[in-house]
Amino acid sequence: MRMENVVCPFCGCLCDDIVVEVRDNAITAVKRACANGRSLFLNTHTEAKHPTVDGREVEWPEAIAAAVDHLTDAASPLIYGLSSTATEAQRKAIALADLLGASIDSTSSVCHGPTSIGIQNQGEPTCTLGEVKHRADMVIFWGCNPSEAHIRHFARYSVSAAGSLTPRGRKDRTVVAVDVRPTRSARGADIFLQLRPGSDYEVLTTLRALLKGVTLEVSEVGGVRVSRLAELLERMKCCRFGVIFFGMGVTQTGGKYLNITELLALVAELNAHTRFSAMAMRGHGNVAGADCTLTWQTGYPFAINFARGYPQYNPGEFTAVDMLARREADAALIIASDPVAHFPLLAADYLKHIPAIVLDPEANLTAQQARVVLPTAMYGVSAPGTAYRMDNVPLPLKQVVESPQPTDEQVLDWIIERVKTCSA
Amino acid sequence: MSEFILITGRTAEQGKALHKGKGSDEYRRATEYVGMSVSDKERLGIREGRHVRVRTAHGEAELEMREGDLPDGMIFVPMGPAANRLIGSETRGTGMPDSKGLTAEVEPL
Repeated sequence: MRMENVVCPFCGCLCDDIVVEVRDNAITAVKRACANGRSLFLNTHTEAKHPTVDGREVEWPEAIAAAVDHLTDAASPLIYGLSSTATEAQRKAIALADLLGASIDSTSSVCHGPTSIGIQNQGEPTCTLGEVKHRADMVIFWGCNPSEAHIRHFARYSVSAAGSLTPRGRKDRTVVAVDVRPTRSARGADIFLQLRPGSDYEVLTTLRALLKGVTLEVSEVGGVRVSRLAELLERMKCCRFGVIFFGMGVTQTGGKYLNITELLALVAELNAHTRFSAMAMRGHGNVAGADCTLTWQTGYPFAINFARGYPQYNPGEFTAVDMLARREADAALIIASDPVAHFPLLAADYLKHIPAIVLDPEANLTAQQARVVLPTAMYGVSAPGTAYRMDNVPLPLKQVVESPQPTDEQVLDWIIERVKTCSA
Repeated sequence: MSEFILITGRTAEQGKALHKGKGSDEYRRATEYVGMSVSDKERLGIREGRHVRVRTAHGEAELEMREGDLPDGMIFVPMGPAANRLIGSETRGTGMPDSKGLTAEVEPL
């Protein structure tokens, strides 16, 4: 069977033109996807897996009971992950956090959490990827490397994509890369500004000052001549529709949310001259959905705590790395993410010392050391659901193969029902 | 011993290897190396493929050295368990560890 217009759930591009061929419930071919997307589809498991408790295979009711015992025994449970699951499951995870008085945080906290703080400070002058494709004649990639992390972004949305006002694709655009190293993405740019590491804030402030007509007393900022920054700014002011895509080169370096606040302020101020937007290059397939769902359910995008019976928000306090490194969580429910593979060692190591419960299609590094492992179907491959693209546009994920595993949403429903029964 | 600025980040190889399993050789090859400029490599007298010890204030890792398109004085480690050993858990009230711009020492082994 050939399925067309399948949405790839790997990264925030959510490419919705994938062709998947299926025979005897196995994926035999994947067309149009990038190497990451192909690998995701072709390595999907469809065999039945049992949940485990302390390494022992058990039936689902016993596994759910063990998970609920750990979560209800804890004084300060943490629910973390959410970025590779569907919005339907994200809603259930938030309901469970509310029920337990738990903290809940998504992988945003270690990718674009600072972006959310910057947006709260400054506002977000943004647009959709469709507008970029059809209108943008100037595209700036600042501290991001789509050639490695969002492989089809250039072709589908931002650089070579031909749109109604950009019919010649690449020829109709000025492409700028700003980075601390000449990345693969920077190699194809018309203009490359190589910054000194950690100088994004100073360079962004300089651009804002130049935009306001301030005469600077220095000739170089962040390793770049001010005259080059002035030339770039003139191009930005004179373009028809510009966009800055930004990534973890800005969020993970010194200044963090202050860099983002400054970048968003620059973009907002450019709108006095032309149309300009900014967009975060979101990593995981539904990490944007985690922010959206948490925000519409609680008012906050990440780092939330329900201990007082209502949502409190505080990055640095209720964020997963901080709670684990400070040993403040005493049980963890990890949904569709792998903190042992991606957290600083001190935080990752602490997960060995508390009961961890993992919902994931893969036996990832966190699952390998968890007390309770609940293997689930993979949204977008073996389960349908909803995911939000990096421009916050929700797209329906298809099911292309059958899975004997329940979905994250079903498993979270079972956990919620049992918590309610236990506390009744 | 020589001092560098360390940045960590995604690579296409790391993203592709994720789904082969994080215990796979492909994932290890994609995440357990450090990139450095050709001139830094020559200055330290290290041959490509040899191992070096990378040390930060937070931890250390022994990694294969590979030539990379990097400015002199900068090294790159792909995100993954090896990079985690070099990153601290202090987030300065943001939730985000300093994953880029760390000071690191490189010692040939």
